[in-house]
Amino acid sequence: MKRYTVAVLVKNEYGVLNRVTSMFRRRRFNILALTVSETETPELSRITVLFDGDDGNEEQLVNQLYKLPDVKSIKELHSDDSVSAELLLIKVKNGDGVGEGILRAAANAFDAKIVDYTKETVIMQMTGERDRIDAFIDLMRGFEILEICRTGIVSLERGEVTIRKVTNI
Amino acid sequence: MKLTGADILVRTLIEQGCKTVFGYPGGQILNVYDSLYKYGDEITHVLAAHEQGAAHAADGYARSTGKVGVVIATSGPGATNLVTGIATAMLDSVPLVAITGNVGSDSIGRDSFQEIDITGVTLPITKHNYFVGSVEELADTLREAFRIASSGRPGPVLVDVPKNVQISSCEYEPLPPALPDEKFAAKDIRVEQAAELINSSVRPYVYVGGGVISAGAYDEAIALAETIDAPIGCSLMGISAVPTKNPRFLGMQGMHGHYASSVAFSESDCIIALGGRFNDRVTGDREKFNEKKHIVHIDVDGSELGKNVTVEVGLRGDLKLTLEKLIKLLSKKHLPAWQARIGELKAVESQYSCDKGGLNPHTAMYALNEFLGENTAVATDVGQHQMWAAQDLSFSKPRRFISSGGLGTMGFGMGAAIGAAIGSGERSVLVTGDGSFGMNLNELATAVSYRVPLVVLIMNNGVLGMVRQWQTLFFGKRYSNTVLARKTDFTALAKAFGAEGERAETLGELKSALYHAFSYDGAYVIDCAVDKDEMVFPMVPPGASVENLILK
Repeated sequence: MKRYTVAVLVKNEYGVLNRVTSMFRRRRFNILALTVSETETPELSRITVLFDGDDGNEEQLVNQLYKLPDVKSIKELHSDDSVSAELLLIKVKNGDGVGEGILRAAANAFDAKIVDYTKETVIMQMTGERDRIDAFIDLMRGFEILEICRTGIVSLERGEVTIRKVTNI
Repeated sequence: MKLTGADILVRTLIEQGCKTVFGYPGGQILNVYDSLYKYGDEITHVLAAHEQGAAHAADGYARSTGKVGVVIATSGPGATNLVTGIATAMLDSVPLVAITGNVGSDSIGRDSFQEIDITGVTLPITKHNYFVGSVEELADTLREAFRIASSGRPGPVLVDVPKNVQISSCEYEPLPPALPDEKFAAKDIRVEQAAELINSSVRPYVYVGGGVISAGAYDEAIALAETIDAPIGCSLMGISAVPTKNPRFLGMQGMHGHYASSVAFSESDCIIALGGRFNDRVTGDREKFNEKKHIVHIDVDGSELGKNVTVEVGLRGDLKLTLEKLIKLLSKKHLPAWQARIGELKAVESQYSCDKGGLNPHTAMYALNEFLGENTAVATDVGQHQMWAAQDLSFSKPRRFISSGGLGTMGFGMGAAIGAAIGSGERSVLVTGDGSFGMNLNELATAVSYRVPLVVLIMNNGVLGMVRQWQTLFFGKRYSNTVLARKTDFTALAKAFGAEGERAETLGELKSALYHAFSYDGAYVIDCAVDKDEMVFPMVPPGASVENLILK
């Protein structure tokens, strides 16, 4: 099993996300994270898919995506030549017995920001690579985690290459 | 000129070269039917007995002509009745445009009377689908639907048109018919790799799939086999792509394929697959199948390459253009050892020939062969009769065998045969079973109303033969719900529908019935007696490999 990141440029119309995810569902692709956002062009949206599988699964996923008329461009992104980030919001219990100093130290070490602070709870915000976010969450398990929300990854290739220059369709 | 959406819809169909559509009217598509009435001298609408039959008819029309088939239905149940027809076309890559009415945009999402989210329902079984938001988008959406349906690997496209779009008006200017996307050959590097592999093979085998028919690459497929001295086999969908009498043709391979083609397919060291998809019915045990052989796979749909089996070289491109390139790079082969082996396999196969004796499924098919003209399309339903037809019928022209290969839709044949007869302008034949016929026999009414010349040959064994065969072989002869023992008199039923019919219990009676049927001006039903214990052989049990082939 390997982890793959694929960026997909699609028509920005209603129902398109449904077409893409419906294909993933019926062909049983193991999707870990999926983000959708507007792009530099109002007509297009960008979907970033993170999934586990083998090279055969990856090839199938890309080939099946090609077949959707709403898909305009596809780019497989590799960690060595792309930048990825994810946003995490995490709420942990505060109050008696919580070592506030340790909490702040941990947040500092991971460049997490405290964005809400009450006597009862603390919300921290962190952006970074998926593995770093996983590590930070692991660290927070030493406290009492009340709620977690993470966005799924966004990813761009380094340098001059852009997805719109890909002529693989 | 300014036209209503309904008029634009029909004018766009006419503009796209569509002369015949199939369908069934209803509340939310009434405006379109009013326009069909108005433009009736330019476009013919065939009224089916049920939307499913209409969808299969449009499918049979498309398969027999290569044109895009069009089916029209109303919202709600009209639309959902199309679902099996659309899925059948999807699995067999048939170009089809399905048009449905829907409730007005204001009523959408309120569970209005006969409202259904048909674009949602058909999402996984269409190549693409549309909900038309405004009358201004209508003509271009339909053009796009025709383009997508007929481009690359063909398939069904659904266009859902709400009532308000049919009623409102806008400017319409006719355009020339939408052209399919430009065809392309596979990349040079891939073609070179494929040529290298094929040139070094000693037991090459050409596997013809339905894609050869879609691409019209008949001559190229034969030229390939001749260049490399290879036998040709096919999947169910590839039947009629290569004339049955071609000396290199071994027939269908796979679960119920011919012995020679299935064994040659498995013994080959290099399979050149043309527009086939290595379905489980073709390969049996996939891993075993992949051992000790190289596969060169050419398909216009890149997602088929390596989907089911590991391929050495996958070539994405139009079959005709790619084969033209490939053949130029191949060295002429002469493979006496391989041909001798093929000869042996054919000799074994001929020992099991069932052409002797009285009436049995095989002699019935041979009798039918005598009546088939080169343009006669034969549609089938699904089950034992379908396999007997696939094994024994003889074709000299492509697009003459019309069968639900991928989805395996019982009830497909009746509509498909009507569509094929209308499409080809000639008498068509439906080979069916008593089970399958029972599913959509209501379309006999359609055949009679439109005076469609049609021969319906029911292989009547009183049981659901194929399922019963599995029960015999794999379920300890526990015949759960496969014994029909119905009292239906098919001859009387044919007459009740306004058709003609007769029963055949001997080979002589069948031959005379076929003679009557093929000289009758209209639909003719032959109720042909088949023993309930007849089985389809050879058979590779499901999930097994060719070593486990059951011959008798």
